[in-house]
Amino acid sequence: MINLTIDNQKVAIEEGSTILDAAQIVGAKIPTLCYLKEINVIGACRICMVEVQGARTFVPACVAPVAEGMVVRTNTPSVIKARKLVLELILSDHPMECLTCVRNQNCELQTLAEEFGISEIRFDGAKTEYPIDDSSPALIRDPRKCVLCRRCISVCTNVQTVQALAAENRGFDTLIAPAFNDKLADMECVQCGQCSLVCPTGAIVEKDDVDKVWAALADPKKHVLVQTAPATRVQLGEAVGAEPGSIFTGQMVAGLRRLGFDKVFDTDFTADLTILEEGNELLQRVTQGGTLPMITSCSPGWIKFCEHFYPDLLDHLSTCKSPQQMFGALAKTYYAKKEGVDPADIYSVSIMPCTAKKYECQRPEMFSSGYQDVDVVLTSRELGRMFKQAGLDCSNLPEEEYDAPLGISTGAGEIFGASGGVMEAALRTVYEVVTGQTLESVDFEVCRGLTGVKEATVQVGDLPVKVAITNGLGNARKVLDKIRAGEADYHFIEVMTCPGGCIGGGGSPIPTNTNIRLKRIDATYTEDERMVLRKSHENPAVTALYEEFLEKPLGHKSHKLLHTHYTPRGVNK
Amino acid sequence: MAECACNCGEDELTKQLDKIIDPYRGQPGGLIQVLTKSQELIGYLPKWVQVRIAEGLGVSLQEVYGVVTFYAFFSLIPRGRHKLSVCAGTACYVKGMKTLIKSLRDVIGVKPGQTTPDSRFTLEIVRCIGACGLAPAMIVDGKDVHGRIEPEQIPEILEQYA
Repeated sequence: MINLTIDNQKVAIEEGSTILDAAQIVGAKIPTLCYLKEINVIGACRICMVEVQGARTFVPACVAPVAEGMVVRTNTPSVIKARKLVLELILSDHPMECLTCVRNQNCELQTLAEEFGISEIRFDGAKTEYPIDDSSPALIRDPRKCVLCRRCISVCTNVQTVQALAAENRGFDTLIAPAFNDKLADMECVQCGQCSLVCPTGAIVEKDDVDKVWAALADPKKHVLVQTAPATRVQLGEAVGAEPGSIFTGQMVAGLRRLGFDKVFDTDFTADLTILEEGNELLQRVTQGGTLPMITSCSPGWIKFCEHFYPDLLDHLSTCKSPQQMFGALAKTYYAKKEGVDPADIYSVSIMPCTAKKYECQRPEMFSSGYQDVDVVLTSRELGRMFKQAGLDCSNLPEEEYDAPLGISTGAGEIFGASGGVMEAALRTVYEVVTGQTLESVDFEVCRGLTGVKEATVQVGDLPVKVAITNGLGNARKVLDKIRAGEADYHFIEVMTCPGGCIGGGGSPIPTNTNIRLKRIDATYTEDERMVLRKSHENPAVTALYEEFLEKPLGHKSHKLLHTHYTPRGVNK
Repeated sequence: MAECACNCGEDELTKQLDKIIDPYRGQPGGLIQVLTKSQELIGYLPKWVQVRIAEGLGVSLQEVYGVVTFYAFFSLIPRGRHKLSVCAGTACYVKGMKTLIKSLRDVIGVKPGQTTPDSRFTLEIVRCIGACGLAPAMIVDGKDVHGRIEPEQIPEILEQYA
């Protein structure tokens, strides 16, 4: 242990820790901007400067290691003066558009300016002028608002291993962008939006489609229906000011109804359906010698990642569409017919914790109903804004139930939102279907949690089923490289693009960090336990869907509506 | 998307480029050496070269481009036959480097970072070249140092470089 003094408080901490870590123990809050725990620790912005006795200059607390006998002062007048200077310099090249910025009141730079009482900027110099890149259906880059903290680069390069962004040029001309300032839409960016989740300002944000939804709701000819992704019910609370881990399922349904949606349905329903299609596909591959391991296909960022970086492994992907797109295809066919609505009049909205879903719904394969199957995707953040605009106080809304039939679901559908959830849901069904026996416990704890790569062998009848579960694309890469090398003997792999799974998706409320992810995961399994039905094959609405419409899993209609194909894309094209 | 004007498919230049890349294949650490040698070969680093290097070394194009644009030494545009490097170190700066640049611009018609349309000169600004006693100074083609330059001497100096 290293002993030091911070603001006259004695503190002991493990060797290798930083001054910032030590300060947290004694309750000294050191401001940070570029720092992002475990992801971006580079000491770039200098807002965390502190005074260390005997040091020649101020030192950045986020990267400076503690030393025995060190005497640190975090808040002397000269430290505060220096921090204000740093802030003023950053702000001198920042467009003062706070009132019209999507990150208004949820911006780390704005918060710092407020905390430090910045009332004027003494430096009136040149401003960086770069065009906004709104080429992507999911994300908007506005480099003018960038503070060059490099969090987006770190998360894209180290966590997701996509490397769509890098720092170009130097000094005042530094620009965080794809090479040759290419458009995000035209390169290997997978649209996962993790960059938008970590950006301290509004330099990378989701493309806001709220107005499209308001317009549809205002159109009396439109039959506007909505599906809500599993993770959204454990996120919406945060987006409207509640504590992380709050479950707002019934309130969200009530609120959506008050916004004027004609039907409030649930992606959990098609998550259950996915299990039946994907589970049968797995059994077919195992028994008929198909490509193994089979890999899940629910996560559109992962699909795009595989198309760009592992096009040789596309045969391993399940051909199942994601639950969102299965829902979209059924809403404008099965539901339209059942309800007697012209599919041309249906406007299908989905609420997702995800930016890549905005991209997915526009893919050319996603028109199997004869129309764009899902018309528009809103992230949890956008839905939060819509609720605020409408003056809906979620905490005080009475809980309501989803509409039938596309709103009926099980706990298995619900856990799709957390890393390991798709695998657990699949195991619950595959086990019972194959063995004909009832599971003693539906809880497959081995699937759960934030570990990057989880592996397990589950005995299903005579077959020991080997599975792997990854979250975060950097972890997916580890398993994919094993497949490439012929060293993977798994049957089934679940890949989720974002760390923690969809509950940590790029469209999640900001902030999203490890602690908050864990709370959302807990909430997800709490929801699962609250459900009467917890296995996808017990969903009565899914059974009815097969009886009335699809006939059987992997049948002709399923093939047409619920399955898809992929496009090898490569990189640097 | 290689925007190579020389039909690079199996072209001689590509073969030579691959010879530069080969010893570093799969080694991201060799990036700067490869870029340096590639620029020596081709004169500058167009997109197709950067893509080939990125794929050869196993790094992202973003990383390659980031390094290329960080160092003033690397160029994204074709260079002229002669490189005019005007020193912008402190001594040269105070002794009239700005006037020198303006005079050069008046004569050759391009700004720093640009190449004349006849590909004769590329004008660039460099950090201190260590010839402070000769300020304001300029190095041509990385070897000929011209010091205490007066604007009227410029045409005479440039005449030496066809």
